[in-house]
This record gives sequence, structure tokens and C-alpha cells, in this order.
Amino acid sequence: MSRAENALVRIETAEGKASVVRGDDIDTDRIIPARFMKAVTFDDMGRHAFEDARKAAKGKHPLDDERFSDAEILVVGRNFGCGSSREHAPQALMRFGFKAFIGGSFAEIFAGNCTSLGLPCVTLSVPDLAKLMDAVELDPSQTLHIDIRARTVTSRAGEMQAGIPDGVRYQLLEGSWNATRVLLEAGAAIEAKAASLPYMSPPA
Amino acid sequence: MTDRPKSLFQKVWDAHSVCELASGQTQLLIGTHLIHEVTSPQAFAMLRELSLPVRFPARTFATVDHIIPTDDRSRPLADDLAEAMMSELEQNCREHDIQFFGPDSGAQGIVHVIGPELGLTQPGMTIACGDSHTSTHGAFGAIAFGIGTSQVRDLLATQCLAISPLQVRRIEVTGTLSPGVFAKDVILAIIRKLGVNGGVGFAYEYAGPVIDAMTVEERMTVCNMSIEGGARCGYVNPDEKTVEYLRGRRYTPDDADFPAKAARWLAIASDPDTVYDDVVQIDANAIEPSITWGIHPGHNIGVSEAIPTPNSVPDDERAGVEEALEYMDFVAGTSIAGTSIDVAFIGSCTNGRISDLREAAKIAQTGHVKAGVRALVVPGSAAVREQAEAEGLHEIFRSAGFEWREPGCSMCLAMNPDKLRGREVCASSSNRNFKGRQGSPSGRTLLMSPAMVAAAAIAGEVVDVRKIGGDILESS
Repeated sequence: MSRAENALVRIETAEGKASVVRGDDIDTDRIIPARFMKAVTFDDMGRHAFEDARKAAKGKHPLDDERFSDAEILVVGRNFGCGSSREHAPQALMRFGFKAFIGGSFAEIFAGNCTSLGLPCVTLSVPDLAKLMDAVELDPSQTLHIDIRARTVTSRAGEMQAGIPDGVRYQLLEGSWNATRVLLEAGAAIEAKAASLPYMSPPA
Repeated sequence: MTDRPKSLFQKVWDAHSVCELASGQTQLLIGTHLIHEVTSPQAFAMLRELSLPVRFPARTFATVDHIIPTDDRSRPLADDLAEAMMSELEQNCREHDIQFFGPDSGAQGIVHVIGPELGLTQPGMTIACGDSHTSTHGAFGAIAFGIGTSQVRDLLATQCLAISPLQVRRIEVTGTLSPGVFAKDVILAIIRKLGVNGGVGFAYEYAGPVIDAMTVEERMTVCNMSIEGGARCGYVNPDEKTVEYLRGRRYTPDDADFPAKAARWLAIASDPDTVYDDVVQIDANAIEPSITWGIHPGHNIGVSEAIPTPNSVPDDERAGVEEALEYMDFVAGTSIAGTSIDVAFIGSCTNGRISDLREAAKIAQTGHVKAGVRALVVPGSAAVREQAEAEGLHEIFRSAGFEWREPGCSMCLAMNPDKLRGREVCASSSNRNFKGRQGSPSGRTLLMSPAMVAAAAIAGEVVDVRKIGGDILESS
């Protein structure tokens, strides 16, 4: 069951054990190779998350490491989710079991897709991220705590300041991350705006 | 009182802003919604669950591009999964009264190729599509960007998106391009300079004498790869070339209204004294035919350069360079020229238009594809294919040993049967050299211009197109 189906869930925190996928510029083709997108639903995406990378790592990939088997937060590097706009990427990670991401930075479309699914993406400074990655790998049993309101990430490495854009933070806190309902509220103002644009109201 | 000068981005944004949302984001009206078979079926399913209709079916346009075979397209498609996706799209379009440019329509093709050629893409529009290369449409002075499937649902239901405005970085390309250096090389040089995440939070406004001198199709190549530099949106201010490109197209007929439309289009360009959030200059004189050696588009060098060593890059890029060298199995410090290739792919939304095929054909007619190299030419659309055949380009390609295919995304992302096998190295005119991108989990991609791909196909290895096609290139 997708979280996106619960339209009014306020997300103030995310808590859980974490796993670390190191490396910058991890693209969405790597997260979900294109050949697995040949489907008309997202149902099957979870088991293909990072499939080629995991096969290439021959059991050594963090997603196959038993120490992190119940991780719900994924800690990643810079520019995570770059490339294709495929929502299949966050869908795959969500269905694999992740409910939040902590990273150096996120590609814009990936982050937007995560917001649409109610999956917070928060950023840390370079030194804090390095510290957190080390701490999680050293002690996978610890619980990480992301506080969206306070903009913090807390772990055994201490409390760290986390970045999240204001608009996204608001959407998560107010439960308006599933945008359809909010956008519908504009009602006839949508048609009025369209009518003001010559190309959207061509002469009869 | 004089209005403060505005960028095109600001003008288009303001004209499409329905309201400011409580989140502080803009409720932005999207004028043109393009859909395809990969990222839309789940959105239609969500719409059905919500019992909502498509709000503006007449502003939604569909085609099939990612999964369609480029050889035998007879129905049902040989691949059951591909057939299911295609059928689902057809069904959704019928049910919601959406115009579908199917394989038999004569107008099918890669969504970012057919939008412009049908005149669906126009200056001053907002355009969105569940595809990151939607930035292509910015070449016309539209604000166009890729979205995910949940946003496709938002758009189908409301014709709007909840989105924060971007900053605008003006990228001025100065100087002139030498023969053999193409729009592809310009955008690769920009990404090399600004990085694959340098554009996050920005719309790129491409400008300067080199962009001004480009054809509209060349501008599409540049805007197309904005997302490879992290910018989800890139655009060029419309000018007379934009107007002439659009004159007489299906959705921009050369009728009594056309002059008024054209005047509106030209007026949407950024005002002369606009203050930008950032300005960057790129010297085109220094750009040579470029080529990727690694696993993202920022990993590119000029054809005369050597593959970088991990020690030659900043500390925070070293691990990425080491990973790329290992994956590619390339030796740092050696020349990229001379690298053997197994496959040559000419096509994609980056370089699958008629001008790309003309440039590649000029090189193709100088020789024959090297024995052992598989070479494919995949036109970006049915219209491109038809035009190329009218010009006899297909015969040039065929007699040079290239396969001449039906239009689609093909081996750019290999969701159809066109795939690399094993560790093959592909000289490709597409946009992404990510690990496994072209269908083999261990396949390797070298991005370059279509002319460079054709040259590599003939030589069987990476070569400087200026050495093969010197005279031809000079005369172009």
C-alpha cells in the first residue's frame, strides 16, 4: 500500500534504522534500471531496487547487508537521484522499505517525486554527512531521528542541522504533500487563468 | 512608471501562476501536457481511484516512444509487456478523449521531437511531461520541465503543479564554433564546466552569439541536456528563427492569426536589462569535438585530450573518477581517441532530428561501417524519417552499412529490443552514459555528436571527426 494513497498524513518526523549507500551522482537508472519499468503499475518495483548494482556487488551491496536488513532510512551522497524523472526510482526504494532519505544533496525531480510520495529528503553539510555515514556503518542497530519541524537529524553521532526547502517542509508538516487535493481547491480560478492565455483559449 | 525588466522565465511564470499556495509554492498552470506510455499508466490509475476526469483533455497529447520496437512494429508487439503498456496508453487516451499520435498516425515519434514539429511547442508556454528531457522544448522559449508520475496525476486532474520558482542562470556562449564542433559539444562543455548538479535550483537561459547563430534544432540539443547539468529547465529566447520554424506547422498554421501569435512570442523574450541570479560565460572557441569517458555526462573531454587521472581532479570528485575508470575499464592518462567501439547509435531526443541525420550522413558517405561494428540510425520521429528518405539519407546510411530503423527512443535507454550486450562499448548520440543505461548492466556508453558517432562507426574506434570529414565539415 502506497503512502500516497493516504492524502492527509502529516509527516513531522521519520524514525528508524538506517543504511548507507556511498557515492555521489547516483542516477535513477542505477536505482531502477529501465528494463524493469516495463509495467503499468509500480507494484513490482521494490524487488528491483539497485538490482544491477547489487548483482555487480555480488552480495556486498548495502541493500544486501544483513546488518542493515531492517533499515528504513537511506543515507546517500551528493546529487542522489540525478538523471531520469522516473518516479519508479523513489517508488522502488519506498517499496523496498525506505521511508526517508538523508543526503549531501538531491536531484530536483527525484526530490519532488519523493515529496509527492511523502518521503522526506533532508540534506546535511559535508562533514556532518561523513560523520553520520561512519556512525551508521559502525553501529547499524541505532535509530536515526529526522525532525522535519526542527530541521534536525539525531543519531549517536549527535544532533545535526538538516536542510529541507520551506515549501516541502510545509507540505510534509501539513499533510499536503499529495498535491492533487490542494490544487483542486483553486476551482474555477484554474479555468479563469487558462482563459487569460491566448494559446489555451484559441478563437473558435 | 517603468516595469522592472523581467526574464522570459519570470514572464512565463507570472502569466501561468494561478495562486500562491499556503506552502509558499506556486500553483502553476501547465499549458501543454505531453504523455507517453512509461510514466502515465499509473497516473491514470490514480485518477480513476480518485474518480476524477482529465481536466483539460484538449491540452494533453500522447505518443508512444520508449518501448516501441524500431524494426517490427506489427501488433500485438512481440514483447507482451511492451504491448500491455501500449494498449494501456491507447485505452487511456480513448477513455479520456486525448489526442494520441500512434504508430500509424504518421506523427509518432519521441515526444520531444514531435512536440516541436507539430507546433505543439510554442514560445511562452508552460510544458510538462513525465520525462526529464522535457527541457528540450525550452529551445522555443517555453518553460518546460520533467515531472514524476504523481505529478502527472496532479496535472491530469488539475492542469496545475505545486512548484517553487527557479532562479535563472544566464549562460552566454561567446566566440564561434569551429567546423566539426556541434551543439552537442557546446552542452557537454557547459556541463563539464558547471557540473552535473550545478544547475539544481536554476533554469538555464542559453544566450550569446553562438546560441543566437544556432538553428532551432541545435538549440533543442542544448536545452535537451539541461537536466544532465542538474537544471530541470533550460531555454533560449525566441527570435525570428523560432517564428519561421513554427510557421505552417499543424498546430501553428500560417493563417490570419499567425502574425499576432508571432508578435506575442517575440515579446516574451527576456527584457534587455534583466538582472539574473547568475551569469556564466563559455568560450566556444575553446570547444572541440567532445566525448564522455566515464559514467555521467560531466565526465567528458575534448577528443584530443587524455582520460583524466584521479589525481588531476578536485578531492571530492576523486572517488567518482576512480569508480568510472573501473567501470569503463579505461586507463587514466591515455588518449580517448583510438578507443575501440562495438556499437554506434545515432538517434534520441538529443540528436535524432533531421539536421543530426544530415550531419551524420555527410560522414557516413565517406566510408563503410567497420566490420564487427553494429550501427543503428533511429530517426526521432516518423516525420524525420520521411524527410530523411525524401533526401535519400536512408540510402546513404544503408550503403555505408548502417541499419535504418523506425522512430523511437531505442538504444538511448533500451526499453525496446535495441540493447547493448555484455561489456560492449557504444558510440552514442544520446544523452546519458550512466552505468547500464543502454540495456546491458555492464555496457559502456561514449556520448558524442552524431557526426562523431558516424566517424567512430567507420573507423571502429573513437576518432576526431575533423580528420575524417575535414573538407565536408568546412563546406557545411
